[in-house]
Amino acid sequence: MDTAEELAKHQRSISVAEFFEKNRQILGFDSAPRALITCVKEAVDNSLDACEDAGILPDIFIQIRRAGELYRVIVEDNGPGIVPSEIPRVFAKLLYGSRFHVLRQSRGQQGIGISAAVLYSQLTTGKPTRITSRTSPERPARYVEVMINTAKNEPEIIREEDIDWERPRGTRVELDIEGSYVRGRRQSVYSYLKNVAIVNPHARITFVEPDGSTERFERATELLPKRAYEIKPHPAGIELGELTKMLRYTERRKLSSFLKESFSSIGNIAAQEIIQNSGLDPSMDPRSLDYDQSRRLFEALRRMKLKSPPVDCLSPIGEDLIRSGLAKEYRVDFIATVSRPVSVYSGNPFVVEAGMGFGGELDRNGRVEILRFANRVPLIYQQGACAITHAIEGVSWKSYGLDQPGGGLPVGPAVILVHVASTNIPFTSESKDAVADIPEILTEMDLAMKEIGRKLRRFLAIQETLSERREKEEIIGRILPRMADKLADMLGLERPDISRVVARIMGNILVRREIEQEDGRLRVCIEIENNTSSQRSFKLHEILPVEAEDLDPPARRVAMGDRYDHQWKIAIRAGEKVILRYAVKNHLQRMPEAVVEGLEPEIVTGARVLSDA
Amino acid sequence: MHDPESRLLGIARSLYDQFREGTVPHLVLPTRTKKNIEYSTEDDVWVYGDQESVRSVKTIRGAKTLLKTVHLIDLLVTEHLRGNRASTLREIYYISENWDLAKFAEQAESDRLIEDLEIITGLQREDFHVRPEEDGAAVFGPLRIRERTRRGEREIHCQEDIGEAGYQIPFNVDFVEFLEHDARMVIAVETGGMYARLIENGFDEEFDAILVHLKGQPARSTRRFIKRLNTELGLPVAVFTDGDPWSYRIYASVAYGAIKSAHLSEHLATPDAKFLGVQPTDIVEYNLSTDRLTDRDLHALRAELTDPRFGSDYWQKQIQLQIDLKKKAEQQAFAGKGLDFVTKRYLPERLSDLGMA
Repeated sequence: MDTAEELAKHQRSISVAEFFEKNRQILGFDSAPRALITCVKEAVDNSLDACEDAGILPDIFIQIRRAGELYRVIVEDNGPGIVPSEIPRVFAKLLYGSRFHVLRQSRGQQGIGISAAVLYSQLTTGKPTRITSRTSPERPARYVEVMINTAKNEPEIIREEDIDWERPRGTRVELDIEGSYVRGRRQSVYSYLKNVAIVNPHARITFVEPDGSTERFERATELLPKRAYEIKPHPAGIELGELTKMLRYTERRKLSSFLKESFSSIGNIAAQEIIQNSGLDPSMDPRSLDYDQSRRLFEALRRMKLKSPPVDCLSPIGEDLIRSGLAKEYRVDFIATVSRPVSVYSGNPFVVEAGMGFGGELDRNGRVEILRFANRVPLIYQQGACAITHAIEGVSWKSYGLDQPGGGLPVGPAVILVHVASTNIPFTSESKDAVADIPEILTEMDLAMKEIGRKLRRFLAIQETLSERREKEEIIGRILPRMADKLADMLGLERPDISRVVARIMGNILVRREIEQEDGRLRVCIEIENNTSSQRSFKLHEILPVEAEDLDPPARRVAMGDRYDHQWKIAIRAGEKVILRYAVKNHLQRMPEAVVEGLEPEIVTGARVLSDA
Repeated sequence: MHDPESRLLGIARSLYDQFREGTVPHLVLPTRTKKNIEYSTEDDVWVYGDQESVRSVKTIRGAKTLLKTVHLIDLLVTEHLRGNRASTLREIYYISENWDLAKFAEQAESDRLIEDLEIITGLQREDFHVRPEEDGAAVFGPLRIRERTRRGEREIHCQEDIGEAGYQIPFNVDFVEFLEHDARMVIAVETGGMYARLIENGFDEEFDAILVHLKGQPARSTRRFIKRLNTELGLPVAVFTDGDPWSYRIYASVAYGAIKSAHLSEHLATPDAKFLGVQPTDIVEYNLSTDRLTDRDLHALRAELTDPRFGSDYWQKQIQLQIDLKKKAEQQAFAGKGLDFVTKRYLPERLSDLGMA
């Protein structure tokens, strides 16, 4: 047909670079402020990943400068550097990278990030991106200016040369972009970097703002995060097409060894059982399977109950580092953290971790602040669309002590951090702003939130008890003495002893001593009343310069130099009373205070408490 | 032991003894809510029931309130009773200014504590030389009285010796003696407009009526005055108010006693007092001009449906009708039918319904 032939003339392939040139919003360059944040984010992600791979404690320097109508973004790291021949492709070829074919947790995966920033820079300014990188102090630094040939998705080198550079090792990217710089709100470069610092407490981040002010996020630990190792795919996440491809290109010549070598979590026994269930011959050449046979194998794989994929492909932050990350960026009264065990969705292992900061300088009346992270990367946009937000909203926070007016996000002085780590984070879109609502992930997040909630509730209960205690101290310290004085005054009577009332109100052990003179002797009566809610056992000492007589009940007597320690062992149930009596010859100048041993000082009224220390 | 001083000191003494015995100091008071008032068949009034609340120093609130009570007792005993002085409720609130921890946060708090002391001692605040800010309301009618004042005794005829505003009821009604009268009834009127209308139309002369202006929710002295007219002179009492939920409460406080002062009902309440109007049925019958009930009005009406003082068939029917009508009417609404309508037509008809004329 003529028409078809006519049309065919116009049909040609589109390079990925051209595609993203026309669809920049997909990659997160849809508004001027956001474009600036995205550029910083892509460069910083690369720096952090490179340092982690090389086992280097990251030291990252970020500067944003005004350059006429444009902004210049500079990101410099102390990472391993990039070999000169690779630099053009790493920065100026989309979908070029080392991680796409590897199953392990990392920030970047598709090899789009930094080259997309380069593409955006060249689109809005027409300028090349300038890269300096050095892999070793023994080698010179390489300086390259590159642009992307979008029609071919290939780098075009504008200039390259070896230069002197003060850094022994590392990479520096410098790009000019059209953007706009905002400060002081959640969606800003500053706040992005602060969040990066929270979940990467091993990194030192220095940020110079356009006005020259410098902020440094210091590292809180010298420990590098645990390395994430590469794993083979888990059968639960495999699709038929993928399996067919694997069968066709495998180097294994037997079905059973194919299964064992190509997948994680399949051993000898599992492989045999899968093959048996699919009705195939274990010695078959994998490449010879036809469609029907592949399908049977696929179904057998699917039905097989296998153990979860290995988890060393993940690198969670860990409860301690979440705690120190939060503690270094927020002033709070309380931090709770939780790290859930590894779980799996569609064969992809993932971990949910969470932390909550409460009280301190956080806003009491606003909605809680949410910090969302995926593989240690802060998520800034589309909070409402994110599974993390949905999981937080799904919890009934009232029962854990936070208000939740009209459902939705809770209200109160709290910041909630959630981190999902996975070999494959399910984002809602290519711009990686929000985690998709995968049921398995939502369940894990829900459990994490509830665990944090329980810790919060426990903390609040303790606070409550403390404030009750303070309230009681106000009563007994200020109000009751005044009342007693006023009553005595008004009635013209002597001031009543209020210690019994005090002990009852505080729920304390009351030791009350009454002394009477009788026939040249002192008769002492000690009344001990247990106003606490449980049985208490302790010792009571009367340390006197003389030996006491008529002890009732009898007491142990220990000579201490020129004094005698009279000791009673006492066990007294809640609400009950014990009375001790004795007499001494009446020549005491003054009675020393009774001493109690084996009780917390704050629950005793009317006696000195011997501390254990 | 009936004098106010020893009764007040008795409270102080019991708190003192509690300290000495090691009992957590506390006072026991009847619960002052509408759920805890009950009908006393002995006096035909509503009094507090058996529910009691304990106020103790176990909480900071309770401790502070008891400290304030102790200070208040001290003030009443040493300044008021021994010094023979009197303060208004408002002054007492200001006196607490230098009581530090025991300072009252607002006047409502000191007023309430005075009421508490009345309840515990079985006395009235007048016995403690405490008077309200405003004087009682006004009276107009064929009645001669003798009032003992600080400047000597006065004899006053409540029609002939006074201006159009009427005779002002003093805060302590016990200083007033009834000498003689030509009255057949007492009409208590809520609003000043209607009180003036009745005087202008000569209602007091035509029906031999003593008119009492309530000035809204009536002061204790006004209620006490009405009670005395009823019991000492044997005069029937009718209460004439607007037709809205708040006015029914005015009537109820005259007839049955107020929830806040149920401990004084036997002194203040006039159980025979009849409700003259405006009744919700009048709104329909006389086609009165009305306002719509607000949400607050409706809420108040519903609360009245569960108030034991409005438990009679009459009130249940009237209140339910008003809720259905969603309308209220003022006393002055009768003016819409002519200035004489209320004295020539409405009141005569209602009084004969009630068997009072």
